[in-house]
Amino acid sequence: MNKPENKRVSAIEKVNASLARRYAKERRFRRVGFGAVVLGLFFVLALFVDIASKGYTAFAQTHIELEIFFDPAVIDPDGTADDDVIARADFRQIVRQPLREKFPEVTGRKDKRALYSILSSGAPYQLLEMVRADPELIGARQTVALIADDDIDMLVKGHIDRDSDAADRRVNDTTIAWIDRLESEGAVSLKFNTGFFTNGDSREPELAGIGGAAAGSFYTLLVTLSLSFPIGVAAAVYLEEFAPKNRWTDLIEVNINNLAAVPSIVFGLLGLAMFINLFGLPRSAPLVGGLVLTLMTLPTIIIAARASLKSVPPSIREAALGVGASKMQTVFQHVIPLAMPGMLTGTIIGMAQALGETAPLLMIGMVAFIVDIPGSPMDPSTVLPVQVYLWADSPERAFVERTSAAIMVLLAFLIAMNTFAVIMRRRFERRW
Amino acid sequence: MTNVQTIAVDSELTDGKVGPHGGSQPIDGDFKTVGDVRVAKPRMSCTDVNVFYGDKHAIKDVSLDVGKNQVVAMIGPSGCGKSTFLRCLNRMNDTIDGCRVTGTIILDNQDIHDRKLDVVPLRAQVGMVFQKPNPFPKSIYDNIAYGPRIHGLVASRTELDEVVESSLSKAGLWDEVKDRLEQPGTGLSGGQQQRLCIARTIAVEPEVILMDEPCSALDPIATAKVEELIDELRENYTIAIVTHSMQQAARVSQRTAYFHLGNLVEVGETTQIFTNPSHKLTEDYITGRFG
Repeated sequence: MNKPENKRVSAIEKVNASLARRYAKERRFRRVGFGAVVLGLFFVLALFVDIASKGYTAFAQTHIELEIFFDPAVIDPDGTADDDVIARADFRQIVRQPLREKFPEVTGRKDKRALYSILSSGAPYQLLEMVRADPELIGARQTVALIADDDIDMLVKGHIDRDSDAADRRVNDTTIAWIDRLESEGAVSLKFNTGFFTNGDSREPELAGIGGAAAGSFYTLLVTLSLSFPIGVAAAVYLEEFAPKNRWTDLIEVNINNLAAVPSIVFGLLGLAMFINLFGLPRSAPLVGGLVLTLMTLPTIIIAARASLKSVPPSIREAALGVGASKMQTVFQHVIPLAMPGMLTGTIIGMAQALGETAPLLMIGMVAFIVDIPGSPMDPSTVLPVQVYLWADSPERAFVERTSAAIMVLLAFLIAMNTFAVIMRRRFERRW
Repeated sequence: MTNVQTIAVDSELTDGKVGPHGGSQPIDGDFKTVGDVRVAKPRMSCTDVNVFYGDKHAIKDVSLDVGKNQVVAMIGPSGCGKSTFLRCLNRMNDTIDGCRVTGTIILDNQDIHDRKLDVVPLRAQVGMVFQKPNPFPKSIYDNIAYGPRIHGLVASRTELDEVVESSLSKAGLWDEVKDRLEQPGTGLSGGQQQRLCIARTIAVEPEVILMDEPCSALDPIATAKVEELIDELRENYTIAIVTHSMQQAARVSQRTAYFHLGNLVEVGETTQIFTNPSHKLTEDYITGRFG
């Protein structure tokens, strides 16, 4: 740089000479950044499209419409109208009767069994529930859309390749012929799958629903929220506003930050050892799940709450103290209300994390196959992400779409919660 | 008087630094304030006040009286400790970690830095207006009503309404805001916000009002209003004001104290300080040679 000829070049010429290189650098950087965003969006989109394309069919369920004769001789031969009698009645006969009438040519024992199996094993219970809801039906004739078996469901939705070798598919040619005949008669229909949202888990895919898992998730999050929010906020307020700043509080702060990074399965093991083995709380219960997730979300909430307390300008504290408010009044009447949106945002994000958490719940037995929908946080249950895990493990083709559908429901909840958090933050964000 | 502590003040300027005043009259530990720090009718009386921020010695053996129904102005270059000293008068320094205050500050025959003294009634008695207007993000009404409410000064809503009106009137803000008391205080202009803060301070009926550069964030017109207000408030209140503007000190105060690097250099009648300063540092500062 000290060469004499360089000295004659004026500063502006040097600036001009370097401009092209500087701008090129900037353009390169922008392109790389843009590429990163596009790549990220592409993966997210690919994920969503994949899940949605696999899962959307699960929201419809194949039904077969048959004219059912609610035969009093079968349901309630003595006309007692007693619920117990009705519950013991053999509704399978009533379901099978119209099939036999429709396909009189099917005679063999094996063929008949195949014919009956085009309907779900839940179909008789469907009729039982109808009769229970309306006893007047006994003796009546009515066209009822009965739930089809999952294999038929897959066939109708086109997930089974009719041209493939008969040995490779779960539906044989005879059954396909029956279904085609029913379809041509307009007896096969796709209806909105309400059972998917209201039913508990089942071994039969057409009967399996996320109702139980959703209830389990609800109770688990209820326990988590009602514990982690007050504890987390109280801890944050104490640490930020009242605790002296010394080596101990520094140590606590470091440890809280460390806890946020502990793998969640470790919390699950802790919960297993503490809550179940030591305190004797019930296994598989949302109560224990909620306790474990509380441990897991506490650091998140404490860190978010402290950050939002820190962001309240000191001038507000001084203003309150200046008119003679006590420390307590200053904190509770001024600082916390102003920090609340940030605290709630942190809490919602923590809850969203907890909703999607699987590993720690596996450790405390929330991975069991549970058909009943839990009625309280003490009942054994599972949660949405664990349900996804369970279904993803099942061999039936119909569970593939249900897995994706359950993921869609889970994602919908997560997106809703995060959107709510963002809206809250936007809405209550204050500029000082 | 139990808190009095003799501090051996190390000379801070001996590390080769030369003062901004060109080396004349160096400040050292044996610094002696020029002028009479005492007044005939003191409302607050400070003796040998020292303030430390950790290791930093921010205020060095300052003694000063705040005269009843007087405005005392504290002037000096940035970092001279005038704000720190002001904040000692209602113990706002308690909120700063690592801040330590020694010496005695007497209000009503009580050392306000006595551990046993409750700081809440002290701050009700010695109110404070801050540099930046800091209204609560609440309605104008609630800003004023907050103090009287927490101290239980009013028994009924009508009484509270009266307090709000009289406070806003005293602060010269009533006519401007009487139709929009429910609107947020943060929506007012800067000057109005500062007068709102003054109204909020006088709503709890303090005897002393501390003002920390109350006009530094205001334009000249708003400043003029606030200065006028300070002059009116002097009838009923004792006021200590920190300011960067020497003109302001000259306009609003009766006594002026000049601070320099944590020392109280000179104190006296405002007219005397501005026309005939005794100390070289004061003279340099007010004639604009530095600062």
